[in-house]
Amino acid sequence: MKDLSLHILDVVDNSVNAGATKVEVRLIYRGDILEITIRDNGYGIARSLIERVTDPFTTTRTSRKVGMGLSLLKMNAERTGGRVSIESEPQKGTTVNASFVTSHIDCLPEGDMAKTLAMIISGNPQVNFKIKIVKNDRLFEISSEEIKESLNGIPLSHPKVNLLIRDILKENV
Amino acid sequence: MSDKVRNLQELRNLRDELKGRLLLREKSKAPEKLVQIKVSMATCGIASGARETMSYLIEELDQQGVDAIVTQTGCMGYCYAEPTIEVTLPGEKPVVFGHVDTVKAAEIIEKYIKKGELVDGIIPDTYNTIDNK
Repeated sequence: MKDLSLHILDVVDNSVNAGATKVEVRLIYRGDILEITIRDNGYGIARSLIERVTDPFTTTRTSRKVGMGLSLLKMNAERTGGRVSIESEPQKGTTVNASFVTSHIDCLPEGDMAKTLAMIISGNPQVNFKIKIVKNDRLFEISSEEIKESLNGIPLSHPKVNLLIRDILKENV
Repeated sequence: MSDKVRNLQELRNLRDELKGRLLLREKSKAPEKLVQIKVSMATCGIASGARETMSYLIEELDQQGVDAIVTQTGCMGYCYAEPTIEVTLPGEKPVVFGHVDTVKAAEIIEKYIKKGELVDGIIPDTYNTIDNK
């Protein structure tokens, strides 16, 4: 992964593949710590698997034998002095929490967060995303539901809508 | 005015702007009448540049005024050919393209999406869409 925002894109893909209909993405900027939390209501992870889920040779897919996403996330967080925790309950959902010390020399750049989050919302119109960003003690929130309501029938995945969501997020990330 | 209200107001303004484009509104009720593009966005795709590809497609389609639906999908099983995209033109069967960087994406828009001409880089014609797997 080239930047931190790509990790969000990756973990959200896990949530979508787990059949989630609601996903909350929370970014908290506190000093030089960036805390990223992704909570979904998908199928969850079996208890027997959860301890091995950050092992790159563990995957639930049958088409290949490696699962790199969470192991790369753990490696990139821990090399900055941060950490990753995963909580999950089968049939209820999963919460992935990762913290990064952004001032650490080994921390990946943050990447284009606005572009990535807009892509997540418009690229998965079947899922209700709730984005919460806390930066400089200010809370910003936006959700797919609110956007859909405002658009009244215009498809969420239309390029023009994506660019507008991106602009709105740019002002707040 | 709070940030939230101001931002939602912007979205409503967009809705009003797009409202004038009756064709899009009509088409949005029947998405099969729009060009549909799915970008494979699993770890393999992301590591190979799928975000840049999707971003380029969104910006170019907007700039060229092509009404389309651009969404994400999981791994299609063609990790060796990432980034991969599936393009469905109205009334046509889906076609999957591999190794779609921004240069290839530009060619796909120009030749396949706008003119219906096939271009190099198509992945097997026995391909089943991800929804049918």
